[in-house]
Amino acid sequence: MKKDSVPIPGSQATAESNVKLVHELVDHFKKLRDQMRKQWVQMMMAKGFLAGLSEEEIENESMTIYDTCVGCLEKGEYTAAEQYAGRMAARGVLSNMTPEQILGGMLTLRDVYGRSLFERYQQNLQRLSEALDIYEPVANKILSIVALAFLEEREKVVRQQQEAIRELSTPVLQFREGMLLLPIVGVIDSVRARQLTEQLLRAIRSYRAKLVVMDITGVPAVDSKVANHLLQTVEACRLMGATVIATGLSPEIAQALVALGVDLGKMRTVGDLLGGIEEADQMLGYKTIRAAEKDA
Amino acid sequence: MAVPLLKQGDHLIISLQPGLTDKDWLKLGDDLVEGVGKFRSKGAIIDITALDLIDSFAARTLRSIAYACKLRGTETVVVGIQPEVAFAMVQLGLTLGSIMTALDLEEGLALLKKQAKEKGTRGR
Repeated sequence: MKKDSVPIPGSQATAESNVKLVHELVDHFKKLRDQMRKQWVQMMMAKGFLAGLSEEEIENESMTIYDTCVGCLEKGEYTAAEQYAGRMAARGVLSNMTPEQILGGMLTLRDVYGRSLFERYQQNLQRLSEALDIYEPVANKILSIVALAFLEEREKVVRQQQEAIRELSTPVLQFREGMLLLPIVGVIDSVRARQLTEQLLRAIRSYRAKLVVMDITGVPAVDSKVANHLLQTVEACRLMGATVIATGLSPEIAQALVALGVDLGKMRTVGDLLGGIEEADQMLGYKTIRAAEKDA
Repeated sequence: MAVPLLKQGDHLIISLQPGLTDKDWLKLGDDLVEGVGKFRSKGAIIDITALDLIDSFAARTLRSIAYACKLRGTETVVVGIQPEVAFAMVQLGLTLGSIMTALDLEEGLALLKKQAKEKGTRGR
């Protein structure tokens, strides 16, 4: 193949003839709208992309998508496609549509458009390549919009879930009057540490707590950053007039902290949760006695 | 802005309002340190419930007031630090040293009474 027979986008066609060709393509797609749309729906059905959608939904959706795509080609701008893709992704993710269903559907539509162009211009290869020069970037752009919208939606869901997990993972519990229990489970990062501290401080005020037993048995690792966060929490509680007892430091964590040279002098620490609660009881003047012993 | 000293039995209470200038801070410190001697108070309470901001100057002043009172034989408790203020303070690295703190005025008074009692038993 000679080199100059390869069409370079935009080099041969002038702007004017481009505009004309765009019109020609739009007219072509509009004229064959019903036929091509039906063909597309059939192809998607054959591939099983439409599972779980009603007849009416398929009809409406396919029409909207078809017209939106032709509209993008006609106007050369993608706002409508972006909005529609966003809505579609939100619904798709909610109704558990797989990315394959959505992307596969769009890829099929791309094929349908492409095929119809081949059929129309098969006599004139020069014209075909010019038409493809115009059609392909638009089709690719629409596809990337759909894919991005879908990804964004997924990420949004992930973010929401992360937030929910964070909320759930730091309960502040009152287990005696003036005493709070804060079991920390999982990795502490600065966001979580901040949230945890804020929650704890609010709880101290609303429960009028004087003592907080902070159990970190469920924290897998403590580095200097985490230790610093914990120290800040302890200090903030002290400013609110509450004492913090830290419990459940595993041997590994204790040694790691010593090796890091973190000054835990300000923190009261007790081996396990039981010990922490006993110490807290003692500090607040509670005494736990077995009923049987008392009677005896 | 003049901040009144409120005598409550053996204790002296001072309640701070927002909008204090640096000058006001120094003045109220002088007043309190002088007042605890004049009223022969056993304890002093600085109530900062109304403050939604503590800067480094305020923290340092609070600290020096409390230490000065202590040197004059009066225990001082800072009460009413709001959760947001406490969090902001530790983030900025502002500490109150070894000053006693309590949730609110009520707790502060209870703390001072408890301390006085402990001191009393030790003295006996």
